[in-house]
Amino acid sequence: METILLFAPLVGALICGFGWRLIGETAAQWTATGLLFLSALLSWITFLTFDGQTESIQILRWIESGTLSTDWAIRMDRLTAIMLIVITTVSALVHLYSFGYMAHDDHFKENESYRPRFFAYLSFFTFAMLMLVTADNLLQLFFGWEGVGVASYLLIGFYIRKQSAGAAAIKAFVVNRVGDFGFLLGIFGIYLLTDSIQFDVIFANAADLASINLEFLWREWNAANLIAFLLFIGAMGKSAQFILHTWLPDAMEGPTPVSALIHAATMVTAGVFLVCRMSPIMEFADWTQNFIVAIGALTAFFAATVGLVQNDIKRVIAYSTCSQLGYMFVAAGVGVYSVAMFHLLTHAFFKAMLFLGAGSVIHGMHHEQDMRNYGGLRHKLPWTFRAMMIGTLAITGVGIPLLYVGFPVGFAGFVSKDAIIESAYAAMPGGYAFWVLVAAAAMTSFYSWRLMFLTFYGEPRGDKHTHEHAHESPTVMLVPLGVLAIGAVLAGMVWYKPFFGSEQSVEAYFGVIEKQEKKAEIGFTLVAPAYAAGSDDDHGDDHGTSYPDPLPGQGAIYMGPDNHVLHEAHLVPKWVKVAPFIAMVLGFALSWLMYIRHPGSAAKLAEQQRPLYNFLLNKWYVDEIYDFIFVNPARRIGHFLWKKGDGATIDGGLNGVAMGIVPYFTKKLNQAQSGYVFHYAFAMVIGIAILLTWMTLTGN
Amino acid sequence: MIGSDLSIILPEIVLSLYAMAALIGIVYTGKDAMASLATWATTAVLVAMAVFIALQPAGTDVAFGGMFIDDGFARFAKVMILLASAAVLAMSHDYMLRRDLLRFEYPILVTLAVVGMMLMVSAGDLMALYVGLELQSLSLYVVASLRRDSVKSTEAGLKYFVLGALSSGLLLYGASLTYGYAGTTLFSGIIESAQGDLSLGLLFGLVFISAGLAFKVSAAPFHMWTPDVYEGSPAPVTAFFATAPKVAAMALFARVVHDAFGGAVGDWQQVIAALSVVSMFVGAIAAIGQTNIKRLMAYSSIAHMGFALMGLAAGTQLGVQAMLIYMAIYVTMNIAAFAFILGMTRDDALVTDISALNMYSKREPLKAVALLVIMFSLAGVPPLVGFIGKLYVLQAAYDAGLAWLAVAGVIASVIGAFYYLRIVYYMYFGEEVDELDNTSSPVLSGFLLAGAAAMVFGIVNLFGIEGIAQAAAATLVN
Repeated sequence: METILLFAPLVGALICGFGWRLIGETAAQWTATGLLFLSALLSWITFLTFDGQTESIQILRWIESGTLSTDWAIRMDRLTAIMLIVITTVSALVHLYSFGYMAHDDHFKENESYRPRFFAYLSFFTFAMLMLVTADNLLQLFFGWEGVGVASYLLIGFYIRKQSAGAAAIKAFVVNRVGDFGFLLGIFGIYLLTDSIQFDVIFANAADLASINLEFLWREWNAANLIAFLLFIGAMGKSAQFILHTWLPDAMEGPTPVSALIHAATMVTAGVFLVCRMSPIMEFADWTQNFIVAIGALTAFFAATVGLVQNDIKRVIAYSTCSQLGYMFVAAGVGVYSVAMFHLLTHAFFKAMLFLGAGSVIHGMHHEQDMRNYGGLRHKLPWTFRAMMIGTLAITGVGIPLLYVGFPVGFAGFVSKDAIIESAYAAMPGGYAFWVLVAAAAMTSFYSWRLMFLTFYGEPRGDKHTHEHAHESPTVMLVPLGVLAIGAVLAGMVWYKPFFGSEQSVEAYFGVIEKQEKKAEIGFTLVAPAYAAGSDDDHGDDHGTSYPDPLPGQGAIYMGPDNHVLHEAHLVPKWVKVAPFIAMVLGFALSWLMYIRHPGSAAKLAEQQRPLYNFLLNKWYVDEIYDFIFVNPARRIGHFLWKKGDGATIDGGLNGVAMGIVPYFTKKLNQAQSGYVFHYAFAMVIGIAILLTWMTLTGN
Repeated sequence: MIGSDLSIILPEIVLSLYAMAALIGIVYTGKDAMASLATWATTAVLVAMAVFIALQPAGTDVAFGGMFIDDGFARFAKVMILLASAAVLAMSHDYMLRRDLLRFEYPILVTLAVVGMMLMVSAGDLMALYVGLELQSLSLYVVASLRRDSVKSTEAGLKYFVLGALSSGLLLYGASLTYGYAGTTLFSGIIESAQGDLSLGLLFGLVFISAGLAFKVSAAPFHMWTPDVYEGSPAPVTAFFATAPKVAAMALFARVVHDAFGGAVGDWQQVIAALSVVSMFVGAIAAIGQTNIKRLMAYSSIAHMGFALMGLAAGTQLGVQAMLIYMAIYVTMNIAAFAFILGMTRDDALVTDISALNMYSKREPLKAVALLVIMFSLAGVPPLVGFIGKLYVLQAAYDAGLAWLAVAGVIASVIGAFYYLRIVYYMYFGEEVDELDNTSSPVLSGFLLAGAAAMVFGIVNLFGIEGIAQAAAATLVN
């Protein structure tokens, strides 16, 4: 079953991409979409029936070379199962949505066939992403990692006639190379030290890595820290963390369904997945863990500030994605990998929905993306409005604080984001991470509501004609919104226990400890499914008493024996638990004041605080700094090497030799070939004279 | 003793007797009417002799007190010489018959030249060397001017003779100096005197002998006769010049430097390396200006001799092996190339201008592809066999510490690629011109296609020639 769900998208991509001329455009699109729905169905079956025990399904022997031996295999564990449903569900819905969104496109000529290509790319992306998450070794993971990179490149630059789209695609690719370089070095380092790239072997040796020092760049490093750091560099690139984030906003040049699938729900979370997957190594890398927290918090904060002032609806959501990824990394950094995965899961639902909703607005507004030209659209696009409202409630974290009925009551984002913020506090009580995340939560609330108010409330602005013709999207686009809305509402509450319940429920869910064994030893009541624990307040009461600490590599994630953040996160003070809620309310109130109560005050504020406003509007000038430090010098060097190095030196030199020197000698030699015997004899005599002289001088 | 000596040189005796018997027989019977029969008979005899020699048991036999050496190296070279000569004779027949060139002396002179070559490669003494060399040369002078009514052909013969006499003089002078300083003409005796640092007299002797031999392999700067003679001689004779005598001279060169001067590798290495590098560049650069395909092949063979000398310059067993392999490949390529050239006719007259090949691929796609393969192989384009031959000599030179020579060889082969590729360019992308005749004989087509096929399929294992060449090289260098 796993094999079928894995290869169905590939088959779809091949049939759709190469076979559409035979079976027709529509049939090709439906084939790809149908196979993805099949894949999604199988994923859900797999997910719901999965017992948490890691298993490996070998598909083929891949590489045998020296001590390197690699299978092509599926590693089924809880992390994989979660990613499977996220990927296939969102992908299937995006496929469906694309029927409406891509129906007509002014970027292409009449009768030009672009839809099968789009669907083939989407399916190919899905296949590569599945390869990434089901990998059972680092090489296979890297294959998927690069595969999604390629798919992302193709889809960002899908509008082939749009200059900026091509530039954005290249930018995404190049920036990702920087991260990939680190990732590759990390893989090499792991292979060097453990002589394997197989996850099982790596995890079993994880503890040893912490005690080895490795010479790298002229100094000694702790191996676990170094490798974890290098892997995280790769994750930073893929997940658009600060420093390597610049490609993500530009990636919005792609069609909106692509943004929803790749640049919100799935590919950009691959970095988070990687850190969670490598948790056995991360647990032994304290320094890197702190670094991850710092980068995550910085990104969450930075992206939120930039999101405050953006005017392009997709860019706001893009920065929001960037910011939310920062949250996930903070969770992973403080050691609660299950919480990171939790937010990944819920975020996939509500962010995909926000993007698809934004796409629906753009579609209805004839590809107008500037929010300053929106306004009052809730009457024109009622269903889109409702979906976006649910998404906004979810991302801003609306819920009922302190109410606990076996699970907290609130939208998906409320549950998972609060879990992260509480964990951040538990890991470092009063530390910067907590405060930064709370501030980011307030800003998240502000810009999300700003988006809602500017788009759906107030008076219509901008081109009258466009507003008159604004229309609700077709059903194929609204159905995916509805399905995702369910996830955005319920995902948090349903999966609270297994991701952020007691240590036992989490560890049982992720297969870290055998359920049976635990049941016998600590009398844990098992209600199917396993994680639906018996009592409400069972958080870690019996922690550390009666069963041995798990070993790295046991189960899907690993939390070291000293890592009690998950336990302590439940014991944080009440004010900490309420803090994100208050931040959310503050953000909402401010947004309401500025955009509903006193429209126009935002512009005034921007006028008063011009330098700050410009700083944020220009994304902290990161792109400009990069242009100055990297891009322009590289361009100058390239120009120099091209004109002077390649053009003048190499081409010129070769041309000189081939068209000047060689013909000259050819002419001379042919002149010497006079036809007179005495000339020939003379040449022989001269030749022997030279040889004799030379030999006499050097021979003895 | 004399009995065993005679049995060792049995192949040479048989061939000599055959040549004399055929000469007398034909003179007293049909004369030129018998020429056709004589050609085919000679071809058969040469092939039979090649088979006979190839089937000889391994081992080294010495006859006439060391003057004649029959070892694996000599047998390898002899088989090559015999087969190449037979192939050229077979290719010549139709061509010469149609132009009324087929004299009965031709096969007989070729046979005598072959006997001379066989003596050369087996020479163990300066006297034997000279006798063999002159027997070969005199036969060749005559066949060069076979076309007595043609000014060019007689000019070619005369030039060859005069310059050949000069080179013989140089060689003899070197031989006498060597005899004077070593006190013997036997190679086995010379090598005892020529150990370590050579005396000036022996050094001069070595250089003069080398110059004489360099003339025979047409290595620059002793190459200048080659284009003129190649152009002037009838095309089948040119094909003969380009193949068997080159093998013989190259083998003799290897024999002399290893058997007689094997103790002074450092000295002759310089001479041969210098000859090699000059030949490679002269061959490559001068050919660019040629439009006559026979002259072009002359420069091509000069450049190829440079490469073969590179193997020899290594002074190692691998070097000799590389040289032998290179020569075998060279001979195969040249026979195939000349099989094509002999068919380049318009109104029954040979066309030598390469522009006649314009758009040849349209008219004769199969032969065009075959010639393409041969040209690529001559240029040393991977993965064809010609590339493997070059790789061998480069490897040998590099292993012997002559990296500079290997680099020079690569550069020269890049320059040389130009004129081979130009022919291919004409065939596929040129302009329409008058068509060539479409009357190629099956023999010529057979040699062309077989040669091209060998260049392609030989990349698998070179038809096992590597091992044989290695064994042959081992008997020479020890």
